[in-house]
Amino acid sequence: MAASNPPLPLEQQIDEWRAYLRRRQAIHAVDVAELEDHLREQLATLTGAGLAPDEAFLVAVKRMGDLDDLSREFAREHSERLWKQLVVAPSQAAASGTATRRDGVVAFALAAAAAIALKMPGLFGADLDDDAGFYARNASLFVLPLLAAYFAWKRRLDTRTLLWLAAGFVAAAVIGNVYPFDAEGSTEALTALHLPIALWLVVGLAYAGSRWNTVAGRMDFVRFSGELFVYYVLIALGGGVLTAFLLVMFETLGIDAEEFVGSWLLPCGAVGAVVVGSWLVEAKQSVIENMAPVLTRLFTPLFAAVLVTFLGALLWKGGGLDVDRDTLIQFNLLLVVVLGLLLYSVSARDPGAPAGLSDVMQVVLVVGALLADAVALWAIGARLAEFGFSANRAAALGINAILLVNLAWSAVLYFRFMRGRGPFAALERWQTDYLPVYGAWAALVVIVFPPAFGYA
Amino acid sequence: MYNGGMYSAETIGKDLVAASSTPLVLAILAEDDSYGYAILQRVREVSGGAMEWTDGMLYPVLHRLERQGHVEARWETAPSGRRRKYYRLTSGGRTRLDEERRQWQAVDATLRGVWRELSAEGA
Repeated sequence: MAASNPPLPLEQQIDEWRAYLRRRQAIHAVDVAELEDHLREQLATLTGAGLAPDEAFLVAVKRMGDLDDLSREFAREHSERLWKQLVVAPSQAAASGTATRRDGVVAFALAAAAAIALKMPGLFGADLDDDAGFYARNASLFVLPLLAAYFAWKRRLDTRTLLWLAAGFVAAAVIGNVYPFDAEGSTEALTALHLPIALWLVVGLAYAGSRWNTVAGRMDFVRFSGELFVYYVLIALGGGVLTAFLLVMFETLGIDAEEFVGSWLLPCGAVGAVVVGSWLVEAKQSVIENMAPVLTRLFTPLFAAVLVTFLGALLWKGGGLDVDRDTLIQFNLLLVVVLGLLLYSVSARDPGAPAGLSDVMQVVLVVGALLADAVALWAIGARLAEFGFSANRAAALGINAILLVNLAWSAVLYFRFMRGRGPFAALERWQTDYLPVYGAWAALVVIVFPPAFGYA
Repeated sequence: MYNGGMYSAETIGKDLVAASSTPLVLAILAEDDSYGYAILQRVREVSGGAMEWTDGMLYPVLHRLERQGHVEARWETAPSGRRRKYYRLTSGGRTRLDEERRQWQAVDATLRGVWRELSAEGA
């Protein structure tokens, strides 16, 4: 460190020493302050005894001891510090601490607002059970505008972007509620399914802000989405435990809490958790390793093995697939999972690294999924006339085509990369450029399908 | 004199320094509230330079005692105008100090007995 350089002004040397110490994970800012006080006291004593400042600095630093040893001692005493903590109520850097707390307060306020928004229609006589269609169509509208508001606030979005966001949500609210849907019809279910997808892209616009037009900005949104999913599942598991305890405990009092759980705790928790989960993802993104890529690494080889075995068994048996009405949806889900595995391994991969075993796995996975889907499409195509061409099947076929195009071109790009004929970044760019396609398709289903299929 | 290690061969071994650090720090704090640098000065003074600690290593010891509730810490502005962390012995720390003292006196008494016999045999 500073020792070997020509003499620097003392304060600068102390700054360097402090910065060097700050990089140690086990030594927190308060400890650095305590050690610095010690160093300065030592310096004062030594210069008081007649040493030149830079000599005094060398001696004082030497007496402080080897920083690796010191860091190890601190780690032994504060072993919890080696586990990267999400500091919800931080004690260290005060400035970033208040920022985290302010973000948290805003996030919880917006979560509460989402819960209130969800219960508002109840004031006008809407009921979760009786008006299930209304709630299903509007579920995403209760929470996603508030999530977008959170990011609009955090990113300080300009007025033009804000207007686009507002326009998106207003259009969604209008379309979701003015169409005369048949009760429990399939176009209503399709709207309930596709509206959140379209609006999620609107949230992406709020999340990435001006970076939406860049590969990095969209990739960050992909990473955010994956982490939010993981957090949401974890929060839901915790919520399940809480609910179970609540029900059992009040039952011992002879109070039936099911009504409270069903119409308050569960729905309000479900919408609030989206905002709170998003805040957690934002707060810890640089603190904790991302989970989605870890899960991807774990499951890519397993899914690849299942697909290869499936194709092998198909060849060995020789017959066709036993398809029914739901086969297409099942294969759509398979493609979604494979795409997710591909997307999150792409999101976590160092674009500069050479091709390795995990890339081979990815290609096996993607090609396997393409072959399996081709077989399924072949089998379904033959019987499509027999099943009839309903709104559901049109939507399923459309999604299948979109996923198929994505995966097929991804496979081509991956082959090029592995044979050294193209950069990995091309695959990344393809995936991020493709994101609006999902949104556009979802919007198409929401806007065009209900009138085209007679709101059935 | 400016030895970088935790101990030096001519003075006192590493394990002994580590073992004696707790009673020593507690005893110094029993005299009065103090802070890291002053505690180390006091150690040098009392030991006549035989206890040569690496300065930084005192702080993990202080933090351990704080976690165990034997000392309490507070931040104050020192006469120099800097923020300084002061430590104070708690009643739990006082109990611990008495216990340490009893044990060390027992060790000391045992060793004295052995030394006496050794020198008697040698004579």
